[in-house]
Amino acid sequence: MSMILAIASREFRSLFLSPMAWTILAILQFILAFLFLTQVEAFAELQPKLNSIEGAPGLTDIIVPPLFGNAGIILLLVTPLLTMRLVSEERRNKTLALLLSAPVSNIDIILGKYLGILGLMLLIIALITLMPLSLLSGGELDSGKLFANILGLLLLVFAFTATGLFMSCIAGHPTVAAMGTFGMLLLLWILDWSAGMNDRRSELFEYLSMLRHFQNIQSGLISSVDVGYFLLFTTTFIALSIRSLDNDRLQK
Amino acid sequence: MTPLIEADHLTRYYGSHCAVNDVSFTLAKGEVLGFLGANGAGKTTTMQMLCGNLAPSAGQIKINGFDLLDQPKAAKLNLGYLPDTPPLYKDLTVQEFLHYCAQLHGIDKHAITDAITRAKERCGLTDVADRLIANLSKGFQQRVGIAQAILHNPEVIVLDEPTVGLDPIQIREIRTLIRELGQDHGVILSTHILTEVQESCTHVQIIDQGQLILHETTAGLNRQMDTGTLQVATRLAPDINSLLTIPGISSIDSMAENRIKIHHSLTANPAEQIAEHIIAAGWGLQELTPVKRSMEDIFISLTKEHRDL
Repeated sequence: MSMILAIASREFRSLFLSPMAWTILAILQFILAFLFLTQVEAFAELQPKLNSIEGAPGLTDIIVPPLFGNAGIILLLVTPLLTMRLVSEERRNKTLALLLSAPVSNIDIILGKYLGILGLMLLIIALITLMPLSLLSGGELDSGKLFANILGLLLLVFAFTATGLFMSCIAGHPTVAAMGTFGMLLLLWILDWSAGMNDRRSELFEYLSMLRHFQNIQSGLISSVDVGYFLLFTTTFIALSIRSLDNDRLQK
Repeated sequence: MTPLIEADHLTRYYGSHCAVNDVSFTLAKGEVLGFLGANGAGKTTTMQMLCGNLAPSAGQIKINGFDLLDQPKAAKLNLGYLPDTPPLYKDLTVQEFLHYCAQLHGIDKHAITDAITRAKERCGLTDVADRLIANLSKGFQQRVGIAQAILHNPEVIVLDEPTVGLDPIQIREIRTLIRELGQDHGVILSTHILTEVQESCTHVQIIDQGQLILHETTAGLNRQMDTGTLQVATRLAPDINSLLTIPGISSIDSMAENRIKIHHSLTANPAEQIAEHIIAAGWGLQELTPVKRSMEDIFISLTKEHRDL
């Protein structure tokens, strides 16, 4: 366990040694703050009308789901950049030998790397969550809905990171890993679009689509199907990453 | 006492190409084993297998009694490895890097600082501890690689071409370090520099085309190198037949008119009798030199023999 943490903390800190993590945090924060403010303004405009409607959407409904939805899309673009170097760069720089000859198992290596990136992801989510929380100074939030959104984004990020890690394991070059991750995530994201066409619905595609599960959770409906989907997805890709690292010793 | 390394019938294929073919050897405490071979002979592949970076196609490796496949963690705990390219994270300082390595090797939290200080001292890194590895010269990077391998005081140290890229003074320091380490550890080092083996190893092993063709102590090899050849130059042409009557001489090659090579058995060194005989015959002795075969000769002749087979 301490080995996993050692690998994770190195991975996490190395992100901050390059401008990478700082840039991503800054840009993400800037874009999302902009979207958040637009949303707040929209609410301020709509408020008089909403007051007259019975059971109208509240502050949380108008501001939180769009913010977290957009965060999901931006993270879809950002995750491949964060995960691409994980294994493929170590392999290219031949530093993987250090880990492979140390008394750590491949499971430790993969989990450590996964948790390292997840650390940054948690930081990002925490920063995003601060935005709606700032509204508490002047209004009230539906804490249940906010929690559902945080959970949704968390699960989404688990899955994104696992995919990126796996791609980094099998790709020979970080750029290839990034492209592979991005392509795969985008495909899973938009799979739902074709499923949305009325006459040609495919249950399989509907189930595979990340967006659908994410939106289900976002709406406040936390069902075991959606949570299970993300957990299954994450476990599968972590297991595949471990397999792929095992293969390293056997290959060629 | 269990040997530190037991390699049993190691074989490794890359596709259909056989890189290492049925290699077996052992390493005991206090031994420094030099692993010699031409480029592509299978040295690095063997080392990678020993350190668990590559699974052998067949065969078994035991490190300090632990099977590398069944108990990888226990086996690797006793292992320090410097690959042919030192595995360095260039965005870390030397101190940070060694700290990370110490954590990876499960050194106790309180012992980490001591371990790092000792490794830095042994490899001469104390002055550069706070510099980024990326900014260090190749020689210093190589030393960081060695420091990383000896940091956790492992029983077995595997060094793949440890002196590559070092200047002559550093090479001498590293050789001294290797000899020192050899006293209470088991060390394997691969190289294609033959003098390195003569200077720092107690045992030599030559690998060619994936097969082990020699396993010998350095002393034994030195004995082998002393083949018992004398080069003799005289003013007048000597009578070879009369020289052959001296006991101990096995054969004589005539090189030039006044220059001959006398091969003799090791036990009876007939140099004195030869000198007396030549002087008595009045041929005018000008030169009498023992010819030593260098390690290069042995290496080349052995690999040649092996390939001719």
